[in-house]
Amino acid sequence: MNPESLAQLSNMAIYSSMLTLAMAMVAFAASFANGQRRSALVVAQESTMSAGGTAVLTKQKSKPTEEPGRRAANIGLSLTWLAFILLLAGVVLRGIWAGRAPWGNMYEFSITAALGILGVYLFMNLRVDLRWLGLFIVIPVLLTLGMAVTVLYTEAAQLVPALKSYWLVIHVLAAIICSGAFTLAAATAGLSLIRDRAERKLPPGTSPTGPLSSRIPDAERLRTITNRVLAFAFPLWTFAVVAGAIWAENAWGRYWGWDPKETWAFITWVVYAAYLHARSTAGWRKNKASWIALAGWVVFLINYFGVNFLASSLHSYAGVSS
Amino acid sequence: MSTLPPISNSGLLRWAWRQLTSMKTALILLFLLALASIPGSLLPQRGIDPIKVRAYITENPTWGPILDRLGFFDGYSSPWFSAVYLLLFVSLIGCVLPRVGVHYRAMRSAPPPAPRMLQRMAGTRSLEVTGSTDEVLLTAQASLRAARWRVVTGPQEDPSWVAAEKGYLRETGNLIFHLSLLVVLVSIAVGGLFGWKGNVIVREGSGFSNTLTQYDAWGGGRFVNAENLAPFSFTLDKFTADFERGTVQRGAPRAFEAEVSFRPDPSAAVQHALIEVNEPLVIDGAKVFLVGHGYAPRIKVTDKTGAVVFDDAVPFLPQDGNFTSTGVVKIPDSTPALGIQGLFLPTAALDAVRGPHSIFPSPDDPALFMSAWKGDLGLDSGTPQSVYRLVTDKMEQIGLEQLKPGESWTLPDGSGTVRFEGYERWASFQIAADPGKEFALFAAAAAILGLMMSLFIRRRRVWVKVLERDGVTVVQLAGIMRTSTFEDDDIGVLAEDLDLVEHALAAAGLVRAEAPPEEES
Repeated sequence: MNPESLAQLSNMAIYSSMLTLAMAMVAFAASFANGQRRSALVVAQESTMSAGGTAVLTKQKSKPTEEPGRRAANIGLSLTWLAFILLLAGVVLRGIWAGRAPWGNMYEFSITAALGILGVYLFMNLRVDLRWLGLFIVIPVLLTLGMAVTVLYTEAAQLVPALKSYWLVIHVLAAIICSGAFTLAAATAGLSLIRDRAERKLPPGTSPTGPLSSRIPDAERLRTITNRVLAFAFPLWTFAVVAGAIWAENAWGRYWGWDPKETWAFITWVVYAAYLHARSTAGWRKNKASWIALAGWVVFLINYFGVNFLASSLHSYAGVSS
Repeated sequence: MSTLPPISNSGLLRWAWRQLTSMKTALILLFLLALASIPGSLLPQRGIDPIKVRAYITENPTWGPILDRLGFFDGYSSPWFSAVYLLLFVSLIGCVLPRVGVHYRAMRSAPPPAPRMLQRMAGTRSLEVTGSTDEVLLTAQASLRAARWRVVTGPQEDPSWVAAEKGYLRETGNLIFHLSLLVVLVSIAVGGLFGWKGNVIVREGSGFSNTLTQYDAWGGGRFVNAENLAPFSFTLDKFTADFERGTVQRGAPRAFEAEVSFRPDPSAAVQHALIEVNEPLVIDGAKVFLVGHGYAPRIKVTDKTGAVVFDDAVPFLPQDGNFTSTGVVKIPDSTPALGIQGLFLPTAALDAVRGPHSIFPSPDDPALFMSAWKGDLGLDSGTPQSVYRLVTDKMEQIGLEQLKPGESWTLPDGSGTVRFEGYERWASFQIAADPGKEFALFAAAAAILGLMMSLFIRRRRVWVKVLERDGVTVVQLAGIMRTSTFEDDDIGVLAEDLDLVEHALAAAGLVRAEAPPEEES
């Protein structure tokens, strides 16, 4: 197969993935709009669990009866899987076309980051039912991809010498998985704040009725998910930073030089470290911790976009200006 | 902070120490650390680019000097940044060290006896059993021990229970993580005190030996003996650079290779090596990195008598991605003294807006643009001068010219001839030794390991209690999480722990039936 058709195939796969995601977004939105509330059973089960009191330890055998909107959510999830596979194909084809790991410029980073967000979400969804989160994952992924194909698109080219290292695969892969986890955690942290606000207005024991807050798990459960995701992402981010340092030592002769990219990676690390500390500090483990998780994501975005576009950095090989 | 400081001095100290080592303070210091890291990424930094710092201060005559005085151009070694991270580490030590002792004692102490009301605990379950109390407890004990639980049994007078605890490694990991961060900090300090690095430009065919005088720039820690560096030397035999010629990212670098021959010490045999961007050469604890390259036009100058007053290749510094390069030639030995400002263009282009510039980094169509000066070079004034800059205060411009390789220019005032013989390539190397980096790497690896232990291991306790109820022997199983926050999937972990015991009892044929939950009396 000639390179041109590979390139076209890659682009086609990515456009198809975006189309599929757009349909998934509609489906998830429909499942929200369909007036379905989370079944009383599920809500009760979750609230007793998070209260840490008496709870049934055997697996819940009785499935909640078919709720309206559940079908739409299932369609959304299936479409998300399809979009993930298409996007994976697009990224792999891009790599084959370029003849290297597809991480040489911002376009390639962005399509892989979108893949990372979808991947972390779908992986998590295999373990915990996260269909209610779909809308809040599909939207940032679509935005990322939209920006990638419009603003950031670059033809594949060879790597600059500084990037020619197996550390590219290790360092960037870890960072990309983290981008997925950070985004997911930001979504659940943000939702926990919305839900918490709704819960505080109500007498204890009753469930909120708002259009959004009635359709997401209770705030404590959302905080737990945020914590779990970040507990997974934080060691991985530490690893990504250390791997970057090893690579920097090999390429530039120092393992830490306060290059803007390094600095913001460090700031990201510090903010998420603060999150984990907040989670075990009295008075901080609820909404303040959620705000910190959101701040961490903002810092991560500054590192991802801001540093490449604004600062003069050793990491400015984004291929954006050319 | 909830409590007011006490009045007495020692009390005040103790109060201050408690505040400093509290989690809230650690949190605030973490935020301050994040905040204090930001200016260094927005403002130019001396450690990275001193020229930009100077330019910034010149462009901002009001704020530049103020920011400079406040240390914003050395952000990461400024007093405020150091204060934040030192306080953070003091807080860390104050928080973690006492916990080492506490954890050590906890690891050696027995899990506490079973509480009286096991049925009140999350996930409790009761089973009717057939065997004797001893049999049941021994089976339970064996199963827990096999799964590496720490197990204690009831005392002689009340041998009806077994208590077990697991997950001590959570706290161990937590302590390892924090102590490893301290080791990282110490390693950085060791690197700063015992490490050194220098930069040198070496032309193709030229050599370098590792002594202070050979470096263009050199910096070392307080405890480095600069007179006694490792006695290696190398020669740059050949330098090759490839650039993208396609339309996409045209001119972007694709490969740099420096072929060198080196000797670890003057008496050793010559070895050959290839230095590339991600492939430094390691000699005697020092690493030689290829960090840049450029062109050195070969210039020959004869004076009006025909005597050769200058004949050498002069490294020019690249100014842009296409290697438009600038440099100067100073010839104090001719009469009058001559100076040449030059612009070397590997692929020359000339347009009205940008003037002479290069359009591709490879030497496809090289040209040298020159401006010749005569007069006082200012070399005897005692002020140190850059070799890349001509001080023209006391000089007079003779003329301008552009040459292709092999062409000559007779200076218009008759003071001599300048010939552009051709060009050589040069490569710039950073040579660095950092004796702290292995420790830092080791500590970072330990930190990640400790972090994973502290985040993924869950500390929990399990009790097995045998009691008689209405003439039937019943065993009660219960457990608790010993982590600071109880989260909903923790209950699954506890259920698995209790399953472990239950299955062992069932496998030993001891279970008769699930017992009804006990009514609270």
